Amino acid sequence: MSFLEVTAFLFDGFKISLLIFAVTLLCGAPLGLPIAFCSMSRFKPLKAISKVIVWIVRGIPLMLQIFIIYYVPGLLFDYQLFGQIDRYMYIEYGIMDMGRIVAVLIAFTINYACYFSEIYRGGIESISKGQYEAGYVLGLTKSQIFRKIILKQVVQRIVPPMSNEIITLIKDTALANCIMVCEIIKNAKELAATKAMIWPLFFTGVFYLIFVGLLTIILGRAEKKLSYFRS
Amino acid sequence: MSILEVKNIQKSFDKTEVLKDISFTLEKGEVLSIIGSSGSGKTTLLRCLNFLETTDLGKIIVDDNVLFDGNNKLSEDKIRENRLNFGLVFQNFNLFPQYTVLENLTLAPTLLKKGDSASIKNQALEIIKKVGLEDKVDFYPCQLSGGQQQRVAIARALMLSPKILCFDEPTSALDPELTGEVLRVIRELRDGNTTMIIVTHEMNFAKNVSDKVIFMADGIIEECGNPEEVFENPKSQRLKEFLSSSLKD
Repeated sequence: MSFLEVTAFLFDGFKISLLIFAVTLLCGAPLGLPIAFCSMSRFKPLKAISKVIVWIVRGIPLMLQIFIIYYVPGLLFDYQLFGQIDRYMYIEYGIMDMGRIVAVLIAFTINYACYFSEIYRGGIESISKGQYEAGYVLGLTKSQIFRKIILKQVVQRIVPPMSNEIITLIKDTALANCIMVCEIIKNAKELAATKAMIWPLFFTGVFYLIFVGLLTIILGRAEKKLSYFRS
Repeated sequence: MSILEVKNIQKSFDKTEVLKDISFTLEKGEVLSIIGSSGSGKTTLLRCLNFLETTDLGKIIVDDNVLFDGNNKLSEDKIRENRLNFGLVFQNFNLFPQYTVLENLTLAPTLLKKGDSASIKNQALEIIKKVGLEDKVDFYPCQLSGGQQQRVAIARALMLSPKILCFDEPTSALDPELTGEVLRVIRELRDGNTTMIIVTHEMNFAKNVSDKVIFMADGIIEECGNPEEVFENPKSQRLKEFLSSSLKD
């Protein structure tokens, strides 16, 4: 296999990595917000439930969570949900692995939503009470205060920790190969097994490095853009 | 007829009684200073008037409107409506850091639909001029000194034309050389007949600017009167001690 062929094959895998990255970010980031509000709620049961969920999700390895999501429906209900999706999508559309990918996306989204929620909570709770009170005495409603005064300050504060999480996320996508999803590492391992080529495995690092480089630039710009005020 | 009537208000936090039985009245255009040592309940009184704290008992009447009457629980909308009778300037300014000086002033009137954007802007520019910051209109709060920030905060409160403007230790967070510019603005407001309540540690200022002074201690009004009476002829032992200790430093 030529270098270009290997690169193309690895890139096919990296597209799956990018898919997991994008869906997790697009679904996990918004989902983190209600979880954050629940864990700040004054309604004790709601707060307790969300704290327990966050504790479990942050307390178990992500790899194990992928296994749980993928296997538990079959074990509990005797129904291979993701296997059925796999089969259906392959027969109807010729798409491989779709069920497994869906399982990974669910596990990743829940996992990252919990991490994001803690970042949001930290950001929201770090805004001084005086900002709310200044809004109150000007006759604003709670929702006006949150949207027009608090939100932007929170965004400014959470960009650095979010950047960290986002960079971790692209590397975590490699965990999807634990249930045989064809992301980049899985493809590289396949080359090692079938063609006795070990170098592609190390070469995958270059894909991650380039992507993280791009992310660093974009996130750095966002941080800079928001630095025009000091809260 | 008084613009503000406070009748027997009480406020406790858990078991601690912070305001025991506070009553006073304020006439339109008058300036009332509230003095007293820390923990005497001055700030809590101001916060109760601004509905940042829920008063437990008593009555708050502004312009013959009963805003609060002990036993009825107010809806959120009613509380917001009540708050607009008062303006409050905080010790720590609490400007909105992501907005410019102009935007800090126009934000609330715009959200409350107090007029079209052009007239709100004009009003804001006029008030900014009044507090002497016309060259800082497009600055962000972090680019201003403490005294300038506090003047913006006063301007922001004025935007909604409150009937009574309250100050919670407006100069306590400022370097001594910056207090003058803030006190000057307050003095100008008095000359313009703005009704004000000022919680302050600046005794000389309180003496010069007020029509009426209240001395609070342990959640009650220990002494009340015009500045000459309170500062020159204190009757209670506590006020005498407070005045002599605060004049020392």
